[in-house]
Amino acid sequence: MNEVSFSFDDKLYKGYQGEPMAAALLRSGVLSITNSTYHGRPRGVVGLGVEEPNALVQLVSGTKESMLPATVIEMADGLVARSLTGIGALPEPPDDARYDKTNSYVDTLVIGAGFGGLMAADEHLRAGREVLLIDDQPGPGGHLRHLGLKLPSALQDVLAHENLTYLCRCTAVGLYDQNYVVAIERRSDYLGNSAPANMARIRVWHIRADQVVLAPGAFQRPLIFANNDRPGIMLSHAAATYVAVHSVRIFRCAVVATVDNQGYRDALRLHQAGVQVQAIYDVRTVAGGPSVDAARATGIPIRLRATVLDTASNAEGTLHSVIIQDLDTKETFQTASDLLAVSGGWTPIVDLATHIGIKPKWSDKHATFCVKYDTDRLLTAGMLAGDFGGDDDPSIFFGPELDAEQARHAYIDLQRDTTLHDLRRAVGAGLSSIEHIKRFTTIGTAHDQGKTSGMLTIGALCQLNGAAQGGKSGFSPADVGTLSFRPPYVPVPFAALAGRERGLLTDPIRITSLHQWHVEAGAIFEDVGQWKRPWYFPKPGESMEDAVRRECVAARQGVAVMDASTLGKIDIQGPDAAVFLDRIYTNMFSTLPEGQCRYGLMCKADGIVFDDGVTTRLGKNHFLMTTTTGGAARVLAWLEEWLQTEWPELKVYCTSVTEHISTIALVGPKSRLLLGELVTDIDLSKEAFPFMHSRVSTIDGIPVRIARISFSGELAFEINVDWGHARHIWERLWALGRSYYLTAYGTEAMHVLRAEKGYIIIGQDTDGTQTPYDLNMSWIVSKKKEFIGKRSFQLPYLKATGRQQLVGLLPDNDDEVIPEGAYITVLNAHPDEHGKTRHTGFVTSSYYSPTLGRAFALALVTDGLNWMGEQVAIPIGKKVIRAAICDAVFIDKENIRRDN
Amino acid sequence: MLYIPCPHCGLCNETEFHYGAEAGVAYPDPNALTDSEWAKYLHIRANPKGWFAERWVHFAGCGRWFNLWRNTITHEIGLAYLPFTTQPKAPGNTGQEGSRA
Repeated sequence: MNEVSFSFDDKLYKGYQGEPMAAALLRSGVLSITNSTYHGRPRGVVGLGVEEPNALVQLVSGTKESMLPATVIEMADGLVARSLTGIGALPEPPDDARYDKTNSYVDTLVIGAGFGGLMAADEHLRAGREVLLIDDQPGPGGHLRHLGLKLPSALQDVLAHENLTYLCRCTAVGLYDQNYVVAIERRSDYLGNSAPANMARIRVWHIRADQVVLAPGAFQRPLIFANNDRPGIMLSHAAATYVAVHSVRIFRCAVVATVDNQGYRDALRLHQAGVQVQAIYDVRTVAGGPSVDAARATGIPIRLRATVLDTASNAEGTLHSVIIQDLDTKETFQTASDLLAVSGGWTPIVDLATHIGIKPKWSDKHATFCVKYDTDRLLTAGMLAGDFGGDDDPSIFFGPELDAEQARHAYIDLQRDTTLHDLRRAVGAGLSSIEHIKRFTTIGTAHDQGKTSGMLTIGALCQLNGAAQGGKSGFSPADVGTLSFRPPYVPVPFAALAGRERGLLTDPIRITSLHQWHVEAGAIFEDVGQWKRPWYFPKPGESMEDAVRRECVAARQGVAVMDASTLGKIDIQGPDAAVFLDRIYTNMFSTLPEGQCRYGLMCKADGIVFDDGVTTRLGKNHFLMTTTTGGAARVLAWLEEWLQTEWPELKVYCTSVTEHISTIALVGPKSRLLLGELVTDIDLSKEAFPFMHSRVSTIDGIPVRIARISFSGELAFEINVDWGHARHIWERLWALGRSYYLTAYGTEAMHVLRAEKGYIIIGQDTDGTQTPYDLNMSWIVSKKKEFIGKRSFQLPYLKATGRQQLVGLLPDNDDEVIPEGAYITVLNAHPDEHGKTRHTGFVTSSYYSPTLGRAFALALVTDGLNWMGEQVAIPIGKKVIRAAICDAVFIDKENIRRDN
Repeated sequence: MLYIPCPHCGLCNETEFHYGAEAGVAYPDPNALTDSEWAKYLHIRANPKGWFAERWVHFAGCGRWFNLWRNTITHEIGLAYLPFTTQPKAPGNTGQEGSRA
């Protein structure tokens, strides 16, 4: 074994490559690792692995870790660790380690490479199945490793089988429905500084298995007695392993307190490693079996019906002596000892089984909860299934009777500093459910999630309940409750779950065919769903306000162009397409002549407006629907749902073509002149090509479809062209547009222009509660046909007065742009008894209009359509903005500019 | 995460699907219903304990709707069937605690 050096709390220590940091610290004589979180009491190593409640450290070298038990850190040269009092802090610098994930589909997943898991793997391999074997330890063998034993050759053959994949340092953290397991493989930390830079530090495994075998083993549990938290008090299996396998030579005289034969085996290991075992104190009346005989043969004194009641410490707070009580006579005596090895029985690791709702069953024979499970899909093996091996004959015992003062320092959850006193207080307060007690006392809610304290809590409750019933014995833990855990089994770094999906890779970015042009033109972008859309195009020195005003003026007075390619586009074909659209839209589409366009509104069945857009009839059985940018996927799903699940008799096919067709909107009074220079094969005149008509044309031999659709209220032409040809058309417009002062505009100017015309944006001017009537759009609701949502308009609550309706707002101060979302109150409204004034609506869209020369807004106001001309007050902090309600159309009510 | 048998694509992870509540609720003739009957169609769906026939759509896969028996207590998955086909009988209860595996 290679010697390595590491630092702990700024002191240098030596250890061996790969051993647990806890072993290296103990060997160096560091018995007190940290102070406890709430009581500030010195604490040392208790256990062997992830169950460790005390020895918390933070790693400040390599990839920093805010909190880890020293029992799970594998030693590598140059590690720097600090003690931690139970509350970690995230490291400042970003975690730049690499994390990845992988999927695995296997016949059998075996969790746990101990004896039970390896035997199960062997059985499944023999049945011809492909096996994935995962285990959180650095090597296979489970307890055999702790005993320093090599794997028997038969089990080595299992590991070498060609149909078996074995992953070490791979912890199953969650078991979910249909045998879905998430596991965390730690791939590089153990290599320390020699880890390859490109190696993923942690790999998350998403595993689906036909069969899952749970063989996770068990944790040894402590006992509840006074001052049971001192450094020097350890689980016996851990103590014996540190001494016998990791050559910890700091203990002189050990006392073993046990409820089973495991204590004898550990006493024997301590004895053989040169530690004087003062005595074994066993709570049982009789003890027998090979383990007992072997311990007895070495001359270790054995005392039955006795256990540890209390402990005393030396000046440093570490264990000095142990107070033993005779359980029958209640007599006590004190004996000097620097190691108290406690064996309170085994608790199988039921965590994963309980993740999917399995309730562990109490077994008197094992003095613990087990999960014996054997179905086609899920099996348990090893200690979890109750196969403890050995000759253990545990007593159901969790600690001696303690008085009130002793109970104050009798710890159940070491990490939470929760004591028997706290538990008694909870029960005294009337709590009986284990779930309530957990929340009241916080037992089991720390980093270790109650791996050792969960069973102790049930045991202590058992004793309390037994005492409450007149000392009735035989009160079983099964009567109290059972163990139940939620994923994850051990803490999982968020970075591991995120994997590579960080930064730029967090979410897909969608860009249009003209994106690069926008970038080169200096556009500032805004996110619309996953789309990047130009927000505005500032010229050097221009503010956003300046740019947006300039863009608006160009669209109203000259000619401006925008990239509208993100509009959702759905190609709808089939002999029943027109009938289908009649049912989907509130207005009629079957009457729409070919080559013409119509604005449509769709509602959900409950009558609430859902999406809108212009649909063009390309042929008798062929329509091109446009949707809102954000609604494209939703609308397609909606159409499909009705076609597939309600109207299969309709022959209609819907295809998303959003990214097939680029749309260039050429807007403004001079748009016809500019377009006329580019398009010569069709007549663009008002008479030949009226508003809401669509024409097929070619530009430089490229087929285009031009439609007179306007989202600004100006004369406008939308040029639709194959995605790949859009840049060419766009460049041609710019080449010809110089003499027209062609201006590019973004989404902000688009919003101002459309709001000036009272054109709504679904989701901005609606909040999922508006009918077409609420939006003053009764003109779009057909009386002649059925459509989705129509029946709901008859429902009393949609017909009632008092609904919020879309109106315009003009602030008294022309320059005052009211914040969007601001609440509107009735002017001079009388406050209620609480001094509050009810709001009557809210502002949905608000801008400065360079065309109007003033600020304006759209708003949803209760019965607003009946309130024209009324004054309202909009409180913003201490300020009150006054405004008047008006019609939502601010410009060109007669549509002269649009239809020009 | 459920493992859902799409009738067209086979077993896929739940994240590929969207849920569509109770299966077999046909779109009624809206004008034949009273207001309260219509409101019931709009807003009320069964949500039983145990076996439940429900609608799913393989949104991130083939995009097709189908129906599926699922046990809302144990999360067991039963038979999938296509819309407008005969509904298979509800699976029997295994009575097995933790049969979610």
